[in-house]
Amino acid sequence: MDTKKGTNHHTKTITFRVQRFDPNRDAEPRLQEYTFPVSQGMTVLDCLIYIKEKLDGSLSFRASCRMGICGSCAMFVNGFPILTCHTQTFELNADVIEIRSLPNYPIIKDLIPDLTMLFEKHKSIKPYIIRTDIKEIESPTREYHQSPQELEDYLQFSYCLKCGICLSACPTVATDRAFIGPQALGQAFRYNNDTRDGGTAERLDAIDHPHGVWRCHMAGACADACPKGVDPAMAAQLLKRQAAAAVFGRGKKAKPAGVAPEPKNVSRRPNIPDAPPRTVE
Amino acid sequence: MQANKHLDNRLGLRGWIRAGRYRFERYLYILHRISGLSLLAYLLMHIYVTGARIYGADAWNTTMGSVTGPVFTMLEFLVMAAFVFHGLNGIRLVLIELGIGIGRPMRQEYPYVNSNDKQRTMMWILMVLVVIILVISALDFFVL
Repeated sequence: MDTKKGTNHHTKTITFRVQRFDPNRDAEPRLQEYTFPVSQGMTVLDCLIYIKEKLDGSLSFRASCRMGICGSCAMFVNGFPILTCHTQTFELNADVIEIRSLPNYPIIKDLIPDLTMLFEKHKSIKPYIIRTDIKEIESPTREYHQSPQELEDYLQFSYCLKCGICLSACPTVATDRAFIGPQALGQAFRYNNDTRDGGTAERLDAIDHPHGVWRCHMAGACADACPKGVDPAMAAQLLKRQAAAAVFGRGKKAKPAGVAPEPKNVSRRPNIPDAPPRTVE
Repeated sequence: MQANKHLDNRLGLRGWIRAGRYRFERYLYILHRISGLSLLAYLLMHIYVTGARIYGADAWNTTMGSVTGPVFTMLEFLVMAAFVFHGLNGIRLVLIELGIGIGRPMRQEYPYVNSNDKQRTMMWILMVLVVIILVISALDFFVL
């Protein structure tokens, strides 16, 4: 690592071996090398953007927010799936960095995986609040009641970005195409554990089958790879418990939480102005 | 979409056999499957070999005589190793799959602590037990 005079700015020459694949021309993916000086503070995604801007405009990759919140830029870097925007290049401690598209997903082009499988599996577990009081949902009177502790019971699973890293880390997904996968299991648990929801039975039906939750054997890879601390491995184990309890008719949760009661003995502060008139009806 | 096996990019068997840069539990996952399959294979051979008993005492003695010697002692020790590992790691997996030892959902702050981290103490205790039992049985097999 050489230090430029007069600055506190480190650079290091790093070789990137980047997967290239054009489905119209190539029979199989190949690795193309790009070598350039990387400055301290550049994320792996910054380096890919550098390659696209300065070295090779034909490189395709997917990225959007650059701050670890959209889940577009998940890639397989030096044998481990990561969010590239979330990883400092120097943190990898390597002179050669190999970047491939996420394994277990079909390749569309270069570094772009086809995540359709992930979204189909996610949809199959009904990732939304299921309730029977249609009238209240269509024209709500008040919010549904939920305590802060009840929020914490599912909050960590709701941070899922749908980046697809867990499915490329999972050894079961690698061998069983139909396995529902850690992401969907995490979301199934997130909604099952939400006190406002009443769809536990439907969701357990969607995950309790030969390619469902029982295919998880706790390799822990999804939990270790998840960039947002969602911990799909924990969700899968707790879902197994729910599914087993349901067979014995136990562990049924209470009815979905109702609307919060109207507060009593409170009055509006006099200095708060009225809301502006509605612009849509 | 084109019918191209490289386009598919699914890891297949390679995906579960290679643990790469994943953590220790990922390696235990492979060992657990391999030891399980070996125990199953051993069980079938064991039933076949001990089945010699129904042909009388002579057949039994001949068969038993053919499976002695240092090679078979070594193989038997491997069966013992597979049994001890599979049993103790199996206890860990059963507990985890019942939701025991992995904590409960909570708000995640850096550095994230996941279920895999929370079960780590239990894992190390069991793996130390595996090593202790295997050292004792190695003494029993080869030294004493």
